[in-house]
Amino acid sequence: MGGFTMADVALQLGIITGYLVLALGIGLLAYRLTERSAEDYYLASRTIGTVVLLFTTFATLLSAFTFFGGPNLASSAGPEWILVMGAMDGVIFAILWYVVGYKQWLVGRTQGYVTIGEMLGDRFDSRALRGLVAAISLFWLLEYVMLQQVGAGRALSGLTDGTIPYWAGATLLTVFMIVYVVLAGMRGVAWTDTLQGVVMLVLVWLAFAWIVVSAGGPGELTAALAETNPEFLSLGGGLYSPQYMISMAVAIAFGVAMFPQINQRFFVARSKRVLKRSLALWPLLVVLLFVPAFILGSWATGLGIEATENGNILPALLNAYTPTWFAALVIAGAMAAMMSSSDSMLLSGSSYLTRDLYRPFVEPDVSERREDFIARLTVVAFALIALALSLVTDLTLIELGATAFKGYAQLTLPVIVALYWRSTTAAGMLAGVSVSQAFYLLATFTDWVPATYWGWQAGLLGMGIGLVVTVGVSLVTPQRAGADATLYEGLNAD
Amino acid sequence: MAGRRHVLLWAVVAFALSSLSIPWFLWGDDAVAAGLPVWLWWHVGWMGLTSFVFYVFTRRAWGIGVDGGVHDG
Repeated sequence: MGGFTMADVALQLGIITGYLVLALGIGLLAYRLTERSAEDYYLASRTIGTVVLLFTTFATLLSAFTFFGGPNLASSAGPEWILVMGAMDGVIFAILWYVVGYKQWLVGRTQGYVTIGEMLGDRFDSRALRGLVAAISLFWLLEYVMLQQVGAGRALSGLTDGTIPYWAGATLLTVFMIVYVVLAGMRGVAWTDTLQGVVMLVLVWLAFAWIVVSAGGPGELTAALAETNPEFLSLGGGLYSPQYMISMAVAIAFGVAMFPQINQRFFVARSKRVLKRSLALWPLLVVLLFVPAFILGSWATGLGIEATENGNILPALLNAYTPTWFAALVIAGAMAAMMSSSDSMLLSGSSYLTRDLYRPFVEPDVSERREDFIARLTVVAFALIALALSLVTDLTLIELGATAFKGYAQLTLPVIVALYWRSTTAAGMLAGVSVSQAFYLLATFTDWVPATYWGWQAGLLGMGIGLVVTVGVSLVTPQRAGADATLYEGLNAD
Repeated sequence: MAGRRHVLLWAVVAFALSSLSIPWFLWGDDAVAAGLPVWLWWHVGWMGLTSFVFYVFTRRAWGIGVDGGVHDG
């Protein structure tokens, strides 16, 4: 253990730099294949195959949380978080991928939609709805991009003992991402995601195997945990009440479906077969990553490992049990996870800004080429705004970021109603989306509205409110003259 | 209508897959098998089952409730 030597730092930086250069190479390759159109830039012209779709969704979904937040939680509160993640990402999200995602894919390829705001705006003949959905999405997205920048800044500064200061680390990551996303678009992002997803999976299993072997088997590790924290082994207790587990699993899963970079991936599959294969493989991929990653966090507690200065348990465990080069490799994997999330977020954020705010509200007659140029410009602007905020922020942002998923979850039920119920009206959607969002914002950021109700979280209650308001208001308001109530119907893939 | 019954059936399956991915009936149980808590083994097995059920769904019922009007069985 002990401090790192200069040689260790150089090695770690070398590994991370090597990774950045490799990703840039892939981006350049994708750039050469990219046409200058928005559909190609944002959706790779809807030509993504099974392996790339699986891993780009997977890698996008996993941010620094897989390597830091999740193991930290499993280390301080017990391994039950694995069950929450499995139910959330592995099962409930997969079902939504079918219910929302497959429908969106069908509608998107018929009508050529690039964002969900576009899809809703067209159906309800409502520019306001389109702008509102985009604005809410961008609000939460900004927090999330900032989180990654803050995370990268801290990780690099921690890794090099302050040789690379926080601001330099955050700026470096931002500049790299801008260059990369501006050049590569969806195709490049999806390709590097695939690389990163595979790397993450392999690294986690190597780390798992390494620690299990050096500690004498899983039985030994679990026995050590039974000595120090016997309550960790019994299901539930402490933080984990049924209400907490259900609230988290349901609200976050529904939020994931409306997370711009995930929602946009609903559009990109090449064919129905790609979607089918992805669905069947998805739960396996989820369980393969989360079980080893999070159980290591809990085992670390049994081994008496103390978290690093940043409060992260996994690097501390790796430093204690594996060689420096391997620990550095895993940190590089975590950086990869952060980047694969951030570049996708930037790309989606830019599409929401261009398609749903700039085009409808500023310049309706924009040409394809000009739109493509503006798209890349907004990537730069969005990243720089997030960076400026990141540099002056304090810790409360972490909480902000954790609440983002549940903010998105408020959109999901109104959208499902719109997708499947012909009588949904623009007024119903506007009311459902804004009332639930307002309720959730007040519950999260003020004391006027309570944050929990008999253990159930406001995020979950807000979803119910959104559903009731959308349906209720739709029942008493007429369809707009320009609305197309059957736009989402009668679609088949073949 | 057969179509509607099918949708309902698969909705029940979806609900069961989601709700039993956490083994509520083992609440408070701390038995360990092969080095891991039994409830964790349940979860791992359940995710495997989920994957299999999804596969069956994609083969036999894909499009149900989503595709427009026409059912191909």
